[in-house]
Amino acid sequence: MNWPLQCSRSASRSLHGQSHNVTKRTPLSQQELEEKLDDILVAALSSRRSAAAIAAGIAPLSRAQQDFVLSWAQVAAHNVAELGYQFTAQAPQALALLGQPGTEKWLLRALDVYDKQGLYPACAALKDLVGYKRGSDAAGEGVALAGVARVLELFLRGLSGRRLLLEAADDTWTDTEIIYLPGRIARYPAREQNFRLYKAIAVHHWAQARYGSFNIELGPVLADYPVPERALAWLNLLEAIRLEARMGRGFAGLAALLAALRPELPASLVPVHGRFLRADSSVADSVLLLREFYSLPLPEPFPYMGSLHPQRAAQVRGERIAKERRALYTELTQLRLKLQAGRAEAQEGEPELDAESSLETLEFELQADGEAVAPPEEVAKLLRSIIQDFGEIPEEYLLASGPGAYAAEAPPQGESAGGPAETRAAGGRLYDEWDFRRRDYRKDWCVLFESEALAGDPAYVAAVRARYAGRIAQLRRRFEALRGENRLARRQHEGDDIDFDAAVEAHADRRSGIEPSERLFVQRRRSERNIAVMFMVDMSGSTKGWINACEREALVLLCEALEALGDRYAIYGFSGWTRKRCEIYRIKTFDDSYDEAVRGRIAGVEPRDYTRMGVAIRHLAGILNQVEAKTRILFTLSDGKPDDFHDGYRGEYGIEDTRQALIEARRSGIHPFCVTIDEEARDYLPHMYGPASWVLIDDAGQLPLKTAEVYRRLTS
Amino acid sequence: MRTEMNDLHDARRLNADLDRIETEPYYEPVGGEVALFEAAWASRVPVLLKGPTGCGKTRFVEHMAWRLARPLVTVSCHDDLTASDLVGRYLIVDDQTVWVDGPLARAVRSGSICYLDEIVEARKDTTVVIHPLADSRRILPMEKRGELLRAPPEFMLILSYNPGYQSVLKELKHSTRQRFVAIEFDYPRPDLEARIVLTETGIDAATAGRLVKFAAMTRNLKGSGLDEGASTRLLVHAAQLMQRGVAARPACTAAVSLALSDDPEMLAAIDELASAVF
Ligand SMILES: Nc1ncnc2c1ncn2[C@@H]1O[C@H](COP(=O)(O)OP(=O)(O)OP(=O)(O)O)[C@@H](O)[C@H]1O
Ligand SMILES: [Mg+2]
Repeated sequence: MNWPLQCSRSASRSLHGQSHNVTKRTPLSQQELEEKLDDILVAALSSRRSAAAIAAGIAPLSRAQQDFVLSWAQVAAHNVAELGYQFTAQAPQALALLGQPGTEKWLLRALDVYDKQGLYPACAALKDLVGYKRGSDAAGEGVALAGVARVLELFLRGLSGRRLLLEAADDTWTDTEIIYLPGRIARYPAREQNFRLYKAIAVHHWAQARYGSFNIELGPVLADYPVPERALAWLNLLEAIRLEARMGRGFAGLAALLAALRPELPASLVPVHGRFLRADSSVADSVLLLREFYSLPLPEPFPYMGSLHPQRAAQVRGERIAKERRALYTELTQLRLKLQAGRAEAQEGEPELDAESSLETLEFELQADGEAVAPPEEVAKLLRSIIQDFGEIPEEYLLASGPGAYAAEAPPQGESAGGPAETRAAGGRLYDEWDFRRRDYRKDWCVLFESEALAGDPAYVAAVRARYAGRIAQLRRRFEALRGENRLARRQHEGDDIDFDAAVEAHADRRSGIEPSERLFVQRRRSERNIAVMFMVDMSGSTKGWINACEREALVLLCEALEALGDRYAIYGFSGWTRKRCEIYRIKTFDDSYDEAVRGRIAGVEPRDYTRMGVAIRHLAGILNQVEAKTRILFTLSDGKPDDFHDGYRGEYGIEDTRQALIEARRSGIHPFCVTIDEEARDYLPHMYGPASWVLIDDAGQLPLKTAEVYRRLTS
Repeated sequence: MRTEMNDLHDARRLNADLDRIETEPYYEPVGGEVALFEAAWASRVPVLLKGPTGCGKTRFVEHMAWRLARPLVTVSCHDDLTASDLVGRYLIVDDQTVWVDGPLARAVRSGSICYLDEIVEARKDTTVVIHPLADSRRILPMEKRGELLRAPPEFMLILSYNPGYQSVLKELKHSTRQRFVAIEFDYPRPDLEARIVLTETGIDAATAGRLVKFAAMTRNLKGSGLDEGASTRLLVHAAQLMQRGVAARPACTAAVSLALSDDPEMLAAIDELASAVF
């Protein structure tokens, strides 16, 4: 489990930062410390091992240091309580020896060891304080990518709305969707400076995608030169100057960051920078200048520059363009229908779309028949991305005829699923499926079989519970709070307190001759939740590995939380192999309790075949609708890739069928909610899940904790 | 609701003229909403305002009340709001029982515009009292008093609703929703938003433009860890701080980043975004 670590590690970093400002507060007493430690370390304490001794060690520290130790103890204990225990036991000594920042690093290193080698070596690392001190004196204040990746990824995503991932690699470059960069930077003595360099590398490579360094085909350009590598190096440098100049127009802070990190430009390049300041400078200008500069001596690359891999970048860009064009086409088709429906009088033909856009600001105005329309958010997002790849929105993208290159996948062929009687005999149920091309259902198209899920490792759930002990305790508390959400019931016959309003009213009533009410009390009551939730878990082959592992953990945490909450819940898995064999696996029915058998079946959740989502939604919505409850929720956990073997379910057909099934569920009074683990940020998700509410989790590692949190929010 | 309650307890201050808006509240129209609202008012159809927090719904209502020269009665709904909080109740004043209209009854009597803010927060059994007012009957039954208030033509009911809630327990009932014409709000276009920030705070145009840009970047993070991006309101706050001498970056942190998230990495990322434009 990598992520809770990362995120909570820096949580403490900022706590620690803040504590500088509050050094004047009085230190906590040993008693107070002990209580806090009891809370944090509970799973590592026993009758023979209390928090008292540790509290005694921490009590003499300043309040700032105490806060520091407590916040980091929490982080360490999130991983496993024992680490928190070892850390707090050593902390006073570590602070004396290493200082606060040094102590932080010492713990972080131990947590890394824990991630990679496990608990025992991690404890050993913590205990070897002196050895660590010796080693760290020799090394500088490096920054690891893992510690800053999320912040930088969020930052880049904010800059232009596109997702860019950061990955550690030996060579620094970008394919326009992933930036490869060093796993660790220790070039400068201070952490802050090293972080700035990371940021500069990220920004520079972000800018290559943002301002279109790969928007023309560079291969032939380079091949024209006697030494293409030299031409590439020069182009890289010219582009670096251009990108910085471009950023200077809208992102003064970014341009300043880069300028501060590079040497003064040689005199020959200063006018180049000036030329690039124009709003419309593009990679074509760099290509032109390349002629001029190619034979001049090549300056040192700037510290934040990496290499260019035009071919690989072109490939990724090409795939993205194709994908986005298709997605836009689908979205615009919907938009056109909506616009057409909204037209005042019956106008002939489809609405004609037109757009003005600016690469500089990524703003655009979309017009339908000459009138401005506000596009849905998904369309806006796609258009902003498309502008980055073309510098504008290509006209043909807005034509109703659709992309020429768009090869519609053949619709599923063949007869229906076999006679009803035949199917029933085999224990299957028939379901209709939505065919978006026909705008109609294919009758009895899918055969669905429901069976009990196979059990897995009986020790699995216990292991997850142990690993997440701290988090589970926290979750349970939070969920219990939800359940115990005390509602004041007013105007009761009896209760804990007088209802003042009611009393006054009764008094007033009596005086004005109305018979006063006797309901004069307020009662504290647990609110009646009356929720039934169906969890539908993706067991398709595409979840294999990491995602599946996270799904299972998510289920364990959900069960733990829901047990505390008391909502009725069921868990079913789905998978399948063509429309004739759609499988639903019972993991926990509404009537099952969370017992040994259920736990075994959760452990047995594993990737199987394909993902025919529509039929699974229809079937499970049906089961859910039989439960008596005020609020019914269908909660899907999947990787958002509807797909099936060989019969055209993949792609648009499956997306539209899934969407339709969600619409049906919603119509029947169910609240569909979809949690998607999608590490590729596919663009059709908003459309497919449009009828439902949904969240995207782009790091599977977040799934276990996020899912429970999402559920909590959904029902509070 | 708090102010309304205080009003309630002072039975003599029930003059709806107190709610009359004297000077024009600044409102920057962003689409056809003004005309739509006027048409709804003229047709006596109630209106539902949908949109994310801080995008100008309340300001719009104030502006429209001024425009139509109607008093405005605002109720912020919460889950303890009872029907009699809205309709009214008997109180004892100087040893006499006095009926005191609730804000809704007051608004009906005085032909005001009644704005029920965040209607989903109210309990469902409270919400139903507005039903007869919100359809063609336009009446408010006051059971306690045995009175049936008939709304004059100027009376108008407005609800606001933020669809950003993900909670299934806080969805508006169809029977409520379908009584209203909906006007959808979103953050204004960049140029308009900059003008709003500028007009509200007097900050220079360049800074207003940067703030708007910053807001757009935070909105890019919606769904990737943020539930909502920065609203116009937050930009106004940041500009106000800057007008009082706070430097741009700390102003953004205080007014925007910290208002959007508690996640330290997200906070750091938002601060970095501010540093890209300031
Ligand atoms: N179109 C606009 N014209 C003028 N000011 C605006 C406009 N939009 C937003 N504002 C500014 O934003 C602030 C917040 O707007 P307002 O209070 O109306 O938001 P709201 O939509 O009612 O939010 P909430 O849902 O949180 O109640 C206003 O005080 C005003 O400064
Ligand atoms: Mg408001």
